[in-house]
Amino acid sequence: MLSLITFLPAFGALLIGLIPRERKTGIRSMAIAISLLTLALSFGLFMTFDSVHLGMQFEEQAQWIPQIGITYHVGVDGISLFLIMLTTFLVPLLLFAPWDAIRDRIKLFSMMLLILETAVIGVFISLDLVLFYIFWEAMLIPMYFIIGIWGGERGSYAAIKFFLYTMSTSVLMLVAIIVLYFVGGNTFDLMQLKKVGLDSTLQLWLFGAFAAAFAVKVPLWPFHSWLPDAYSEAPTSGTILLSAIMSKAGLYGLIRFGLTLFPSALLQFGPYLLALALIGVIYGALVAWAQKDLKRLVAYSSISHLGLVAMGIFAFTLATVTHASGIGASSTTVNNPSVLSLTGSVMQMINHGIIIAALFLILAILWDRFGKRGLNDFGGLAEKMPRFMTLFLFVMLASVALPGTNGFVGEFLILLGTFMSKYQVYAIIAATIAVLSAVYMLWMTQRSFHGPVSDAVERSGVKDLSGREAWLLIPLVILILWMGIFPNLWLSRIRPSVEDLLSQAQAHVQLTTHQAEKNP
Amino acid sequence: MNFVWLVLALPLVGALLNGLCGRYFSKRVVGLIGCSSVGLAFAISIWTLLELVGGSDRSVIQTLFNWIAVGNFSVDVRLLVDPLSTLMILVVTGVGFLIHVFSVGYMNHDPNYHRYFSWLNLFTFSMLVLVLASNFLLLFVGWELVGLCSYLLIGFWFTRPSAAAAASKAFIVNRIGDFGFILGIFLIFAIFGTLDYSTVFSLLGIQTYSTTIMTTITLLLFVGAIGKSAQIPLYVWLPDAMEGPTPVSALIHAATMVTAGVYMIARTHALYQLAPFTLEIVAIIGALTAILAASIALVNNDIKRVLAYSTVSQLGYMFLATGVGSYTAGMFHLTSHAFMKALLFLGSGSVMHAMADETDMRKMGGLRSKIPWTWAVFLVGVLAMSGIPPLVGFFSKDLILEKVIFSGNTLLWGVGLFTAMLTAFYLLRAYFMTFHGKPRYDEKKIHPHESPPVMLWPLRILALLSIAGGALWVAVFGFSFTPLDNFLAPVFKDVVHVNAEQPEPLFSESTLILFSVLVALVGIGIAYLVYVRGFRLSEGVRKIFHPVYLILSRKYFVDELYNWVIVKPLQLLSRFLASIFDLTILDGLINGIGRLIGWTGGVFRSLQAGYIRSYAAWVLLGTLGILIYLLLR
Repeated sequence: MLSLITFLPAFGALLIGLIPRERKTGIRSMAIAISLLTLALSFGLFMTFDSVHLGMQFEEQAQWIPQIGITYHVGVDGISLFLIMLTTFLVPLLLFAPWDAIRDRIKLFSMMLLILETAVIGVFISLDLVLFYIFWEAMLIPMYFIIGIWGGERGSYAAIKFFLYTMSTSVLMLVAIIVLYFVGGNTFDLMQLKKVGLDSTLQLWLFGAFAAAFAVKVPLWPFHSWLPDAYSEAPTSGTILLSAIMSKAGLYGLIRFGLTLFPSALLQFGPYLLALALIGVIYGALVAWAQKDLKRLVAYSSISHLGLVAMGIFAFTLATVTHASGIGASSTTVNNPSVLSLTGSVMQMINHGIIIAALFLILAILWDRFGKRGLNDFGGLAEKMPRFMTLFLFVMLASVALPGTNGFVGEFLILLGTFMSKYQVYAIIAATIAVLSAVYMLWMTQRSFHGPVSDAVERSGVKDLSGREAWLLIPLVILILWMGIFPNLWLSRIRPSVEDLLSQAQAHVQLTTHQAEKNP
Repeated sequence: MNFVWLVLALPLVGALLNGLCGRYFSKRVVGLIGCSSVGLAFAISIWTLLELVGGSDRSVIQTLFNWIAVGNFSVDVRLLVDPLSTLMILVVTGVGFLIHVFSVGYMNHDPNYHRYFSWLNLFTFSMLVLVLASNFLLLFVGWELVGLCSYLLIGFWFTRPSAAAAASKAFIVNRIGDFGFILGIFLIFAIFGTLDYSTVFSLLGIQTYSTTIMTTITLLLFVGAIGKSAQIPLYVWLPDAMEGPTPVSALIHAATMVTAGVYMIARTHALYQLAPFTLEIVAIIGALTAILAASIALVNNDIKRVLAYSTVSQLGYMFLATGVGSYTAGMFHLTSHAFMKALLFLGSGSVMHAMADETDMRKMGGLRSKIPWTWAVFLVGVLAMSGIPPLVGFFSKDLILEKVIFSGNTLLWGVGLFTAMLTAFYLLRAYFMTFHGKPRYDEKKIHPHESPPVMLWPLRILALLSIAGGALWVAVFGFSFTPLDNFLAPVFKDVVHVNAEQPEPLFSESTLILFSVLVALVGIGIAYLVYVRGFRLSEGVRKIFHPVYLILSRKYFVDELYNWVIVKPLQLLSRFLASIFDLTILDGLINGIGRLIGWTGGVFRSLQAGYIRSYAAWVLLGTLGILIYLLLR
């Protein structure tokens, strides 16, 4: 089932390759059909997912290159489940999108998009490091072409910068993977490797290598300098893929590999990593405020929000058996605030994917109408496009984490969990995101959508959303509200996996300290 | 009681219906949906009241669904019906309903009629969530939602830049307060392990908590109240909120939103009782805000802004009452203020309706004969708010002053009494400028006309409430009839008066009443002398007072101060980071590293063709090489 979902898009890309390039409708319908089928299958995955079961589900394991212990090992838990669904949900949406200067090379574009889908899903399900690395690198190639070919004027510059930046740090990860192979008993299997207690100094180095690759991909401050260029030069679909999905690959990697293999390193680095993430939160928000280009504004806001997600991961602490003064504290419940922050992070990864996709779609709708995206290029749009404005409002509110939208649930849990841990101060400072995000989002609304109807808007004879455009946004808005009002549907599936992951990380830390005591 | 959820559901359904399909409805239908949803909610609230009074259980809980559950953190959407929340839903839906009805007439010509009613209903819904919540997080949901609705409605005419700016300002200033509030919630969860009111409050009785923690929690929550209820230093958003349609101002000032802070403190008084220091701060901030806002109102010429500063000032009274531990007095003033301020705002709306949306009182005058009904009800509101017996404002304000002096805070009492005089002066000043004297508007262009019945009836009802509302709590000259106090008593039964052994008050109760009436009369008298009799101070005296006037008319330069001390530096930092740090330093560094590598790589020029695919090929080759090595090892 899992392999089917993963490779169906790539197979679809092959099929599209057989269709002559002139038959655009055929290509398009084929791509959409394949992506919808993948969505349906992933929905089946969701329906059959057992939320009580701990550990991996739908596991598949096969020998691949047995000589050096490379296996084809995949599986899904509550953390990866929704990231897969986010991917399979957004790809058809992008294929439906009626704009983009992609109209001429639709064949290549559809193929790239589908190949990318396979690579991303592969990243989320891989339980073998080599397999993971292959999917990880495979994401780069279609993305490089999407930015380079269909991007803006400086598209190729942005593409090369993006490629080199991410590539150079992935190589570090590859080295770390090979080292792990040798010290971990000649295996690349995550499930085997996590049982190996690593020397804590070695852990620091290996974690550093992995973290560099992941941090660039997210990107976390100060590794973000490829992002504004790539986001603003890429075509809308590329920007959405980068921001909504691929950034999650980095965060996912931090959780799946960082927490599983190097929890001691994470504990030790925690305060520094949190400081970087916190700087990202504030920095992204402040810089977003000064942007004159809406796409760059949203891009920097993404740095801010992703920084907060990263905080939820870095706020990892060991569980303490507490007797908090709460009711029913007599039972010795293991009380780990990291459950809150990490569950919040996973939830917020999905939320952010939905919100940022909606924001970039909104900018694309404007671009399609006006060919502009400057902060001061519009004005009074709300008057001329009431339907557009209503939908935008929901997305904006989710972005500023208003209760009742999904953004609130995620950010609240992250901040609460961090506050409950020993990193209280970080949570207090990070909570200013509520004010800062309101500042730049309201600023953007006030400048671009409120105010008198500008001449440019008046002249262009602007029309409100077409049905097709509206229906691109409506599913996203429904999800924003649904996840905000009834988040338990998601949380109840994420939490067990998070708890499982944390307790294993705890065991790993104890193993490491134990070994360190044995061999001083 | 089982139908309490309908109090929430009806306005929400109204908001959704008008919001989603309003454009297909006629104005009549839109208005009908908007008003009836709140009207029905009011009917259910009355039913709830009757059940609560008739039944034996004074606190009923209704769980709707589980909202967020992660590990040991779990929050329900659960409603709490007790005397306190019942009083609030009565005020919110009752006064809210009248404001909705008034809007039917007032907004009749607006093209976005359905959107207006949709948001008005949403506003009511949000406030009802806030008051019916049974835990801190749900309270926070309502808390933030009213902030959103105020943003939407203040910016209702968003094509005006000033309205758009005022809307953003309101939301952001509120968010600053909410920042404190959410930290307070974090701390409550960290200390108590739950966010449920009843659990938290019962834990207070079981265990002892350090005063420092209680003080921190209550101060953080109070920061939220400062933002929402427009107290020093976060009051700056409320006067600007006048950019919204006038009935919205009435809604914000009377029924929803700004009373939230007072309600929150009354609701969580169990925490505040354990933090005497915070209570002191609350009282001081309240008193200071009361006098500061009143002093600004003295010289303002915009009828709506005078009323806005009046609200800020009256909210100060409410906080003063809660600060001295008299939560019921605060709630009484909240209720009475809701009647009076809704009356005054809707009255000013009726004036604007007559005057083609003019708000500058210098361009009014002599309207008494032109719009007699508006004149009559406005006069009632002004006198009630000034504290003239036997109108409602007299009883509620006098009660607060009495509680303050009996708690031993003579200085704060003095401030309150002096503010009462200022209040009487600025309100009567506004009244005289508007309704008396000669017309100062262009009589050829503007023909003042009385408002239609749909606007006058809510005014008449509110005027009646302002006249007779005092019956909720009469305690003068030894006579005592206090249904409101009795009704609320079960909620506040745990309130032990902090200073049980009070010093002998300076004055007896009867003397205090005379004082209150006297200052009100003095204020009215001065206003009469200046604005009707045309009494002018001599040139010399005016010169002396000119700087004072300047400072007041510029509102103590607070907006300018915030702009220069907070907004501008942040903006500069933001621009510096964006244009210099991010683009030049950080990005330059990265590109520099790239170039450095390129330069070093010159040695291996044969490898470096400068094409991505060759880089990719090298990486791939390297990987393969390692793999082959591993295979053959």
